[in-house]
Amino acid sequence: MKLNLRIWRQKSPLDKGRFEDYQLDDVSEDSSFLEMLDLLCEQLVAQGKEALAFDHDCREGICGMCSLTINGIPHGPEKETTTCQLHMRHFKDGETITIEPWRAKPLPVIKDLVVDRSPLDRIIQSGGFITARTGSAVEANAIPIAKQTGDTAMDAAACIGCGACVAACPNASAMLFTAAKVTHMNSLPQGKVEKDRRTLAMVSTMDGEGFCGCTNVGECEAVCPKGIALDMIAQLNRDYTSAQVKNFFEPVQ
Amino acid sequence: MKLDAKIPDGPLPEKWSSHKFKMKLVNPANRRKYSVIVVGSGLAGGAAAASLAEQGYNVSCFCYQDSPRRAHSIAAQGGINAAKNYQNDGDSIHRLFYDTVKGGDYRSREANVYRLAEVSTDIIDQCVAQGVPFAREYGGLLANRSFGGAQVSRTFYARGQTGQQLLLGAYSALSKQIGLGKVKMYNRHEMLDLVMVDGHAKGIVARNMTTGEVTRHAADCVVLATGGYGNAFFLSTNAQGCNVTAAYRAHKRGAGFANPCFTQIHPTCIPVHGENQSKLALMSESLRNDGRIWAPKDPATAAKIRAGELDPNTVPEDERDYYLERKYPSFGNLAPRDISSRAAKELCDAGHGVASTGLGVYLDFRDAIQRDGKKAIEERYGNLFEMYQRITGDDPYSTPMMIFPAVHYTMGGLWVDYNLESTIPGLFVGGEANFSDHGANRLGASALMQGLADGYFVLPYTVGNYLGEQGIASAGTVTTEHSAFAEVEDAVESRIEKLMSIGGTQSPRSFHKRLGKIIWDECGMARSREGLEGAIQQIQALRKEFWSDLRVTGDADGLNPELERAGRVADFMEFGELMCRDALMREESCGGHFRVEYQTDDGEALRNDADYTYVSVWEYQGDDTEPALHKEPLIYENVALATRSYK
Repeated sequence: MKLNLRIWRQKSPLDKGRFEDYQLDDVSEDSSFLEMLDLLCEQLVAQGKEALAFDHDCREGICGMCSLTINGIPHGPEKETTTCQLHMRHFKDGETITIEPWRAKPLPVIKDLVVDRSPLDRIIQSGGFITARTGSAVEANAIPIAKQTGDTAMDAAACIGCGACVAACPNASAMLFTAAKVTHMNSLPQGKVEKDRRTLAMVSTMDGEGFCGCTNVGECEAVCPKGIALDMIAQLNRDYTSAQVKNFFEPVQ
Repeated sequence: MKLDAKIPDGPLPEKWSSHKFKMKLVNPANRRKYSVIVVGSGLAGGAAAASLAEQGYNVSCFCYQDSPRRAHSIAAQGGINAAKNYQNDGDSIHRLFYDTVKGGDYRSREANVYRLAEVSTDIIDQCVAQGVPFAREYGGLLANRSFGGAQVSRTFYARGQTGQQLLLGAYSALSKQIGLGKVKMYNRHEMLDLVMVDGHAKGIVARNMTTGEVTRHAADCVVLATGGYGNAFFLSTNAQGCNVTAAYRAHKRGAGFANPCFTQIHPTCIPVHGENQSKLALMSESLRNDGRIWAPKDPATAAKIRAGELDPNTVPEDERDYYLERKYPSFGNLAPRDISSRAAKELCDAGHGVASTGLGVYLDFRDAIQRDGKKAIEERYGNLFEMYQRITGDDPYSTPMMIFPAVHYTMGGLWVDYNLESTIPGLFVGGEANFSDHGANRLGASALMQGLADGYFVLPYTVGNYLGEQGIASAGTVTTEHSAFAEVEDAVESRIEKLMSIGGTQSPRSFHKRLGKIIWDECGMARSREGLEGAIQQIQALRKEFWSDLRVTGDADGLNPELERAGRVADFMEFGELMCRDALMREESCGGHFRVEYQTDDGEALRNDADYTYVSVWEYQGDDTEPALHKEPLIYENVALATRSYK
């Protein structure tokens, strides 16, 4: 198939950036979206032009490294599919495809389609863990955990930290990301001890990094490649309110 | 090069505990005076960095991705083994040890493998405590499944995302330490060389991939947990960025490289679709628990299927060859990876293959769906079926899945002793980057186990022991001002400059592709003397071409994926030759290494225990000089060497 590509090129964080148009012939319908971009890079190199910078790694939809807003939708048109798992058979011959980086103030562009997602890491660093010093663990079956609880934790833990939720949100909110991690850990018995502290710390870091609040638009859920549900945000709000009340009467350690 | 494996004395089950007792300890108040560099943030690196920081050491951790959570351990699907014997089905530490030695075709080191089995149970405890959401039974206890050729159910799993969940566990522990300031994390940094002072590893030179700046980092010792080298084949199940550079650079500085030809070809991957393919997708081996593998008995039938003239569902039962069930009745579809892969290749070579390329066999769930119902199959494998459909466009509930083997894991790696210390003092190697535990073939669900064993329960002890032996007076004495750093930095800078300035016509990717094809054809599932000798010549010629006709666009002083790939491919060029040399030297067939000259009458691997029961360890001698071979004899005191039979 033949494609017209409109791609965001930006030399550096300070550069203003602009769209550039490219034409690509002979794209196989069976190739993935990123393989299509590989082909473009090869074409650019052959012409002596600078290849495109975009993030990607595992190319099997699990590492969360790939990004790209494709025709205005983070990770493109297919439901619950990362960019790397998106295949060209979902596009039409002769189509024009617009490709942009994640657009969110807290996640600035480094170059072309690559953005800085370190604020998401810092949210985790502030509380997204269950303290379990190596060697201190009790026997694994000592705490039975209801299958349903385990399943809820797993649903939440499926988040790959790609940041599509932030890119899709008109408020650039990181609530779905933060809520997924909070729900994963707060729902498990092991995670209860640090529940309030974790929730307060992570929300505080999230706010401090410049992510805005949630206004229930729901774009995050719609683009999440792992199907993380909006319910998680409701859970975060409950846990946050409860932690705040407790913190009011007796400061949470 | 002296190879002293430093295996502790005493009976096998007591070696690790008595060794731990004899180790030097570092006073908790003194630990903050030492610093440790950990390169890689996967299961081994992330777990080691977190654990060492918890103990009080200052850790610097490096990864090439934008976050430590993205290391390729994340992609492991199936599960992690541990000798918990929760299913009361006869498992034990000794059985896991025995299975791993046997599965590795008797080319691994007994003492290391035993320790791996021993600490496996602690890993599960540790991960559960961190909140890893392993699958559970309705009673709330942990669930297990049988996996990858094991006859007991010892595999723990978290849906089809076990690697991801275990990595997120290690990442959360690491993140806590980063938040506390005990770990300094360097994201988007690539180690480009090792720095040695007085024969000891004392630092690295890295490139900040965002700014292009080449930076020096000093420490009291260095841990490499930089993964495997499967991307030497170009197409593999590895992530795009996986590379051999850190390990190979250490090799060039004097670290012995062990068994580089031991690579694993995984039997259940999605077949290649075309020329521009960038990676191969793995389907979890757990699918083999319920799927039945077959190919048409008649090549004419296969030809019709390939041409799209025949629906595989209409092939009658007696015209299907369930070849693994036929050849290996007791293990059937669960036969180990090397054996299953080779069987698929043989059938496809003989014209029985399906898929448009002829390189594919069926993994059919028809019978399982009839037996257990679609819902049960969906519960077990739903996400994998979805992934398959996403990639191929076919629905595996109604059309049998197609699979073909692909490069997946590399058992070889930097040589390490029992302490996971390489031949360079102070350079430790963990996870897939070392060679020690899987011999010539790795069993399913053992990679996660080894990565975490090394990271949580071995390196934190042995690194401490090394630092204790060096003495507190030495702590922090080497800084980046030392002349050794300037020398290495100059070498790194001039190599980058050279890559940028060749000004040829061919892209790094095109060279990588050509290199991969040579290695896959001649050093893949079947190897021969003639083929390997030819491959070495072809690789040498390609290397010359690379250094005279490479084109790297863009600049070196900022993010430049082309430059990154060029550097990695340059190292794969040299390393690929080493793989072929090792395969040529080893005149036997064992595990993933199959030399066509050495096979039994019915086509099974023919091992040569009399002459090759050793680890081959290569010493670098110069870019255009043949490396020197050293041998670590493998001594089996607890397991009798036997011919592996899965019949």
